[in-house]
Amino acid sequence: MSRKINKVNPYRTALVPYSIWALLFILVPLVFIGYYAFTDNSFNFTMEHFTRFFTATSSVTADDGTTQEVRTYLLIFMRSLKLAVISTAICLLLGYPLAYIMSRAKEQTQKTMMTLIMIPMWMNFLIRTYAWMTILQDTGILNNLLQKVNLGPIHIIGTETAVIIGMVYDYFPYMVLPIYSIMAKMDVKLLEAARDLGCGSFSVLRRVVFPLSLPGVVSGITMVLIPSISTFYISQKLGNGKFYLIGDAIEGQYVANNLHFAAAIAFILMVILLAAMALVKYVAGRCVYGGE
Amino acid sequence: MKMKLHSKIYTGLVFAFLFAPIVVMLIYSFNEAKSLSVFSGFSLRWYEELMNDRNTLQAVKNTFLLAFSATAISTVMGTAAAVGIHRLRSKWYRTLMNTVTDIPMTNPDIITGISLMLMFVFVGRLFGASTSLSFWTMLIAHVTFCLPYVILQVLPKLQQMDKALPEAAMDLGCTPMRAFFKVELPEILPGIITGAIMAFTLSLDDFVISYFTAGNGFETLPIRIYGMTKKTVTPKMYALATLIFCVTMSLLLVSNMVDNEDRQKRKEEKANRNHTKIQNKTEEEMQ
Repeated sequence: MSRKINKVNPYRTALVPYSIWALLFILVPLVFIGYYAFTDNSFNFTMEHFTRFFTATSSVTADDGTTQEVRTYLLIFMRSLKLAVISTAICLLLGYPLAYIMSRAKEQTQKTMMTLIMIPMWMNFLIRTYAWMTILQDTGILNNLLQKVNLGPIHIIGTETAVIIGMVYDYFPYMVLPIYSIMAKMDVKLLEAARDLGCGSFSVLRRVVFPLSLPGVVSGITMVLIPSISTFYISQKLGNGKFYLIGDAIEGQYVANNLHFAAAIAFILMVILLAAMALVKYVAGRCVYGGE
Repeated sequence: MKMKLHSKIYTGLVFAFLFAPIVVMLIYSFNEAKSLSVFSGFSLRWYEELMNDRNTLQAVKNTFLLAFSATAISTVMGTAAAVGIHRLRSKWYRTLMNTVTDIPMTNPDIITGISLMLMFVFVGRLFGASTSLSFWTMLIAHVTFCLPYVILQVLPKLQQMDKALPEAAMDLGCTPMRAFFKVELPEILPGIITGAIMAFTLSLDDFVISYFTAGNGFETLPIRIYGMTKKTVTPKMYALATLIFCVTMSLLLVSNMVDNEDRQKRKEEKANRNHTKIQNKTEEEMQ
């Protein structure tokens, strides 16, 4: 009886601070992105930022000296999308076999490899990126090595390749870990059964391992695509500032104190990301159920 | 299963790629000369210079102050939140809380940073302040992105816990509060510690969100590094990075040990329980 007097559920109370915090500092700030995106400097409604995003032009000089008028922000956006998709694809192609090898290794080896994959993530990403810059430079470590074996210097820094290397390096663990964790839980008996029923190694991989690992692939893709599409340091350092990405555009507007336009770009980025994630989920869903 | 040769070669290549920049950083932090690409001899010169760099040392202090505060707040609030979410009966409220908790983790950092910054600037203007970004805004930002990680570490521990335990404690006369501290807390402590360490390392390492929410007077290490890499960089930065790397690594080793011990304890307990069960059974049978 005495407990019923105490009507305040203490477990509910425990949730109150976080609920308020989440409302104030997670949900409300997102509303502010929308609010800034659709208003001008005196907070009157306007669509001008979106018009600017889709129509602003600038002239670009190509390598052969010809000048071309391009839609500035659309170009930046498409470039971000392209580099992010390429990086994600490379991460998947490199990471999937690694995750598979890991999941088939001895338990102790698996643990060691997990730790080894995580270690680079504990180095600040600015420094990771900077270290790549010193490796890839024209007079950098890689070219010194190549010259010693007479493979000649190659020019990487300041190209899209360098930016892609940086992105793949920075986000590679995010691809391997979710795929690995799904594969590690996979029932070995299923693979054996498939083999007993006449599947070759490749068929086992294609018909059993791959469909089962799809949820891991989806979260891997999500976890690499999102940060690589919105990054803003990698392109400045490894691309020599020549390959402005969407993150650089947001940062540039922030530095120039154009908060409303920065918000508009962020708003568009958010919408595109939501759409992309929905698409990835849909395609993965089709892969699992559509084939049957 | 033993690894085949081509698997070994493949794994070796991938790890060479993963560790190249780390090795470069470690080696060149001991370089005698200023170059970041030609190694001319071993010296501790850059570590010495680092120790005499006042601004960097101040940034180190700031970073740790911020990380400690953010960790303390997010750990307490996150643990309480996890306990609350775990007991929620209403389904939609639980879904809501889970969705909201996911937002800072799935949103790109730049969006989280920009959104908080916009709000701080707006609120600051309402109160007529010329700049509202300061240590406090950074602290709020850091607590916000650390919270989900704490919650997601504590929740599974709560789900693993025997539900009857706190109930038994309350039946025996404990108040819910006392039952929590005496019974539940020790059970979920490993999750809390892992969550706290994660929060600490995340806060220590964060650049993007800090960059957007930092005030002029308060500089953390990643922000200082960003400033340093805009000009020509000396191996001093590598020396700094090596030190941070070692600190983070040792923290993670500790957290791994806590986790392993916890797993070990669980295994032993389970073994004991099975053992007692078998004993009871044989005793029954013998009777």
